[in-house]
Amino acid sequence: MRRYSVFAVAREAMRAHKGWEAQWASPEPRSAYDVIIVGAGGHGLGAAYYLAKEHGITNVAVIEKGWLGGGNTGRNTTIIRSNYLYEESMDIYEHSLKLWEGLSQDLNYNVMYSPRGVMMLSHNTHDMQSFKRHINANRLYGIDNEWLTPEQAKAYVPPLDIAKTARYPINGAALQRRGGTARHDAVAWGYARAASDRGVHIIQNCEVTGIRRGPNGEVLGVETSKGFIGAKKIGVSAAGHSSVVMEMAGVRVPLHSTPLQALVSEPLKPIFPCVVMSNTVHAYISQSDKGELVIGAGTDQYNSYSQTGGLQIITHTLDAICELFPIFRRVKMMRQWGGITDNTPDRSPIQGITPVPGLFVNCGWGTGGFKATPGSANLFAHLIAKGEPHRLAAGLTLDRFRTGRLIDEAAAAAVAH
Amino acid sequence: MSASSNSGTFRIKGAGRLTPARTARFTFDGKSYTALEGDTVASALLAHGVHLLGRSFKYHRPRGILSAGPEEPNALIDVSRDAARRQPNVRATVQEVFDGAKIASQNRWPSLKFDVGAVNNLFSPFFAAGFYYKTFMWPREAWVKIYEPFIRRAAGLGVAPTEEDPDHYANRYAHCDVLIAGAGVAGLTAALSAAATGASVFLVDEQPEVGGALHYDTATTIDGQNGYDWAQATAAKLKAMPNVTVLTRTTVFGYYNHGFLGLVERVTDHVAKPGKDLPRERLWQVRAKKVVLATGSIERHMVFANNDRPGIMLASAARTFLNHHGVAVGRQVGVYTAHDSAYEAAFDLKRAGVSIAAIVDCRADPGEALLAEARALGISVLSGHSVTDTGGRLRISSMTVARNGGGDARKIPVDALIVSAGWTPSVHLFSQSRGKLRFDDVNQRFLPNIYAQDCVSVGSCNGTDDLAELIDEAIAAGGGSVALAGENRFEWTGGMIGAAEGAGPDTTVKAFVDFQHDVTAKDIRLAVREGMHSIEHIKRFTTNGMASDQGKLSNMHGLAIAAEMLDRPIPQVGLTTFRAPYTPVTYGTLVGHSRGELFDPARKTPMHALETAEGAEFEDVGNWKRAWYYPKRGEDMLAAVNRECRTVREVAGVFNGSTLGKIEVVGPDAAQFLNLLYTNAWDSLKPGKSRYGIMTREDGFVYDDGVVGRLAEDRFHVTTTTGGAPRVLHHMEDYLQTEFPHLKVWLTSTTEQWAVIAVQGPKAREIIQPFVEGVDISNEVFPHMSVAECSVMGVPARLFRVSFTGELGYEINVPADYGPAVWKAIWERAEPMGACLYGTETMHVLRAEKGYIIVGQDTDGTVTPHDAGLGWAVSSKKPDFVGIRGLKRPDLVRENRKQLVGLLTKDPAVVLEEGGQIVADPNQAKPMTMLGHVTSAYWSENCGRSIALALVAGGRARIGETLHVPLKDRTIEVEVTDMVFFDKDGGRIHG
Amino acid sequence: MLLIHCPYCEEDRSELEFRWAGEAHIARPENISAISDEEFAEYFFLRNNEKGLTYERWRHIHGCGRFFNAARDTVSDRFLTTYKAGMPKQPLPETGASEKTVETYEATEGDAR
Repeated sequence: MRRYSVFAVAREAMRAHKGWEAQWASPEPRSAYDVIIVGAGGHGLGAAYYLAKEHGITNVAVIEKGWLGGGNTGRNTTIIRSNYLYEESMDIYEHSLKLWEGLSQDLNYNVMYSPRGVMMLSHNTHDMQSFKRHINANRLYGIDNEWLTPEQAKAYVPPLDIAKTARYPINGAALQRRGGTARHDAVAWGYARAASDRGVHIIQNCEVTGIRRGPNGEVLGVETSKGFIGAKKIGVSAAGHSSVVMEMAGVRVPLHSTPLQALVSEPLKPIFPCVVMSNTVHAYISQSDKGELVIGAGTDQYNSYSQTGGLQIITHTLDAICELFPIFRRVKMMRQWGGITDNTPDRSPIQGITPVPGLFVNCGWGTGGFKATPGSANLFAHLIAKGEPHRLAAGLTLDRFRTGRLIDEAAAAAVAH
Repeated sequence: MSASSNSGTFRIKGAGRLTPARTARFTFDGKSYTALEGDTVASALLAHGVHLLGRSFKYHRPRGILSAGPEEPNALIDVSRDAARRQPNVRATVQEVFDGAKIASQNRWPSLKFDVGAVNNLFSPFFAAGFYYKTFMWPREAWVKIYEPFIRRAAGLGVAPTEEDPDHYANRYAHCDVLIAGAGVAGLTAALSAAATGASVFLVDEQPEVGGALHYDTATTIDGQNGYDWAQATAAKLKAMPNVTVLTRTTVFGYYNHGFLGLVERVTDHVAKPGKDLPRERLWQVRAKKVVLATGSIERHMVFANNDRPGIMLASAARTFLNHHGVAVGRQVGVYTAHDSAYEAAFDLKRAGVSIAAIVDCRADPGEALLAEARALGISVLSGHSVTDTGGRLRISSMTVARNGGGDARKIPVDALIVSAGWTPSVHLFSQSRGKLRFDDVNQRFLPNIYAQDCVSVGSCNGTDDLAELIDEAIAAGGGSVALAGENRFEWTGGMIGAAEGAGPDTTVKAFVDFQHDVTAKDIRLAVREGMHSIEHIKRFTTNGMASDQGKLSNMHGLAIAAEMLDRPIPQVGLTTFRAPYTPVTYGTLVGHSRGELFDPARKTPMHALETAEGAEFEDVGNWKRAWYYPKRGEDMLAAVNRECRTVREVAGVFNGSTLGKIEVVGPDAAQFLNLLYTNAWDSLKPGKSRYGIMTREDGFVYDDGVVGRLAEDRFHVTTTTGGAPRVLHHMEDYLQTEFPHLKVWLTSTTEQWAVIAVQGPKAREIIQPFVEGVDISNEVFPHMSVAECSVMGVPARLFRVSFTGELGYEINVPADYGPAVWKAIWERAEPMGACLYGTETMHVLRAEKGYIIVGQDTDGTVTPHDAGLGWAVSSKKPDFVGIRGLKRPDLVRENRKQLVGLLTKDPAVVLEEGGQIVADPNQAKPMTMLGHVTSAYWSENCGRSIALALVAGGRARIGETLHVPLKDRTIEVEVTDMVFFDKDGGRIHG
Repeated sequence: MLLIHCPYCEEDRSELEFRWAGEAHIARPENISAISDEEFAEYFFLRNNEKGLTYERWRHIHGCGRFFNAARDTVSDRFLTTYKAGMPKQPLPETGASEKTVETYEATEGDAR
């Protein structure tokens, strides 16, 4: 793999950039692999990368029905933070955040991780109690998260309206300075390039249509639109389509897939420094490096795989954005789109073994999957390589729905991701 | 000076449809210009010979006006009326001039003509597509501190508004039988046809006037009439019909599920002095039974070296400026085309007296009819030739023309170059409706194929080029019958997609595909070389089609270049998804009136005004406004709360409990129903008595709580938490309707039917006694947890003897309208007795002193009744209730669950922080093991010290233990206690 | 925004009047207190989450207040039928049952080779 650097760019500039090679290979599938990962999003590609890098397992295929990075990896609003409440959540999201901090260097691919801060606005006593619970838990766990007064919040985000006369006035905010954003496509591409370089096969436009099982129920491989491909270990990391893939192995997972919408504005000169979220009025917003205001809207209420949703979700979100930032009323929406989020009953992910030997699952990241990408991929690779979860992901098992040991971030704080 | 020359030296007398006498003044970058009414900013500036309007995103290349419509990628301007009414990124080709408009160019510094950012153009070899993924990684910190801020400053086009928008926006909903998007020949014809059936019809067009292509196409006649005139007459006829709504300056921006469409109507942006009552824009949300898409098509530019200089524009745009605005785009105009349409533009210009340098046609054999007409007009046609380069700095000055394949190159001076690579059908709305496209190989275009909703495409957006066919198709789509005959001069053929001669593979020239984002043909090739084989990857890697025009011009070219590189047919490379909105939509328009008070209308109790008059401060609880505390002069919140707390326990207090959720549960099976929905048993509750109830869901966690009074065998008055009322009723209805439909029960929300006045404290009985009739409220007859229907001040009332303070207390429910009167009377009696009004904060403190929980504060959806110390309220005798099984799950019966306990700080003066985490060893290393958290913490004036409630792992077994709450700047030592801090034996409640 | 037919009101009304209420035809076990942990998890948490035809519940919460059932295609979001609570799964209209899922544009884009 040719290393990327300013020197390489300069050299290529002199010869019309004709020397760049393909970032990843596009091989025909082998008849069998040691591990097959279903779903070439950030989590799946990353798991393949870490299998190769940290566990020496390079005979790996990542199978994708569309184009790599085309699911939620390429559709989210790229918020990164780790200031969750429960230990199980803090473990995995902080593991992830630490990996984000060195990811560009690790992959030799600038994923533009930008720790510009994630600010959550508090509007009432309940918010304040909840945020302080998070802040205290985070601090004692070694995760940065601090309380700001309304004035401090405004100093950090000048366009913010902190007037007491607002319908839902702001009474403070929680700020995680290490939180921020990254360039979503670059994450998929960077992992794809680095995994491909280590021998991983990335097979795009190849739909998994079945999971073949042996006499003892163990997995033998996958049926695909390009024929049968064998593997003794299969990791499913198919986000919104996880139910569909798991059903092929007869495993039901407690998921429901809903459209999550987002929108961007026309590009503007820098006006907005960080990520701002408000759960009380339901809005989150940041500004991309291209200058667009990136706004996460709500989920539609019903199950759907349509990747579109209703206009009312968008308008409701903009109502909230313009309450918080009245100067944005004349800004224009340039594009709206939708993804499919896979939601668990406790809004926390599922990563673990399944009742089917050799079948591993990573799903249920809901609206929080992007920020978890490196951490989830890293721990999923461990799970597949070792056959048992890493300590940091031990609580994310399917079994919790039997025992009742839920990781209910939503119930605890009503905090969206 | 004549009016016409006054409005620009390129204005051609006798051309166009604007009236020379009606002028408007505006400024562009500070310089004043005169326009004609009906001009766009683009046409007005062109009339004055101004072509340079802006700078591109990445290389800051000088850019002019490419189109005459909403597809414009280059000419984005900043438009303002005043400081607060400033709009960035406006397309100059859409914005109509109004008198006094202040227009500014964007993305340049210090000036449009001399832009320092243009240095980027010199370094452009470094800035190839995706270069930033490959560099700026070292040193690690520099990305955040140096590189990214630099990139950010360079990016972005316009400057965001800095003041709150004073304009207002309106919103309308509508239903119709047929909505027709686009009012060109096809749309107007379909509207005539649909209207004739009596159907309710919406005809919508984004331009100020109907007509579509007839704006520039002066050769077409309909029923023998000039096409544009026919269009205006037809629109007038349609407007006069009661079943037709014609909306111009209105864009159908989104086609959503089940025939739902979003429209934005621009009401005042073209008006010099808009009336104050008028909204700036109006959002229409229309549900149409059927949609007719008559959205036309968009001309494409040619992709060749330096195809972006100001003065280069689409042939149809030049024709619009000439035939509609009466403006010549130059004096010596070159034509470069792969399609017949540019010929007609050249003919029109020539006839208007503009010199045509040459028509350069990359096709070998243009149609004979066109060539004959060109000959007749004396225009030289270079077929089989291409424009391989252009010259000029801030405006095109020459085109280099060469025979295809090279040779015979010569430079021809021009001051404008009009181009056409053919037409792209506007299938945006069709695709938004989730229809599936097919690729038309012959004409190299995507066309509607499989429909997903009840809609039909007609006209050029459907690939129907022949006028007669188009009219028939539109009539059929409308469902009625109309007789119309159209005629045009030339049948158009030709077109190409992808890079033209001289910009093909192996070139390094800048042949722009996407103007705004500076995406060139070689960028797309680079993406493919780097392994980006899906069109989505190519788009994202190069940003082709991601600018504010969303690829209306660039998508097809980009696709064709990629397909060529990949050596695959175009349909196999795919097409990126069309998403709403069709053109950008103002946030304010989508928000409409949902701002300020109307963002989420506040719920106020009947006594709100009285509370306000008493000086109450309010807090938001859900969408309710609740009185928080009542400060007297000079009191801060703590002083007020301390006084209120003391007064309630010493004398009495009056509290507004109206926000409590209330549900009337009625019917012969009401008790049985409550048995199933609450953990408690209800059979034993006698009429006239009430009981505290806990509701869990099937999972066994506390969902809601409240006092339930039994008024009769078959009638219960159920109360819920303030925030919980709607979901509790929904939950109850769900079970009643779907799981227990055999039960004869009726549920009614009565939250807003009753005003609730709580009177609490030793003098509570004395205060209310004189007002109550129909029930003996003596302690003996009406003890704690009694309920009665009676009258208060002659008003029918429900009286609860109940307490959330631990004092003798009553809650008086009266019909909401009587609330203020009763409240007033009670307060007038209570105040002289030394009682106080108290708010939610005091209520919180007083209940905490007694260890009463607040669901949602002391519980969080992961707490069982047992965890909360309410195990006594879970019936062990009932065979079934919602939650019975969930409560038995392994984790819910585990040892060492978090349990609610009391905490006392070692230093009684220190009040804990709600949300503080509790540890056994404050000196342990991070990550620490946390045992739980503080759920409630207050200064208790009555206890003379701080008190707190907390969820602590194995809490009840830890009573007496010392634990620690490490805060940011100090660690607080606490002792675990039981939850009752005041009146531990509970005698006062029975007083 | 969806347009939903309420089988009680016999009206097509906007989605704003309705609340989605999860998968249909999941009955609460009659002997719920006796079922196993696995059975409870299945009843309370596991849902089919079909891609394609799904049976689901809606409530006309801002209308008649009734819960009812619907058959909908989760890819196209098209309703095939709605029917009253308590009724068994309804036969689907001829076209609805036989017609293949209407693929979204995005789905074809996913096929882009």
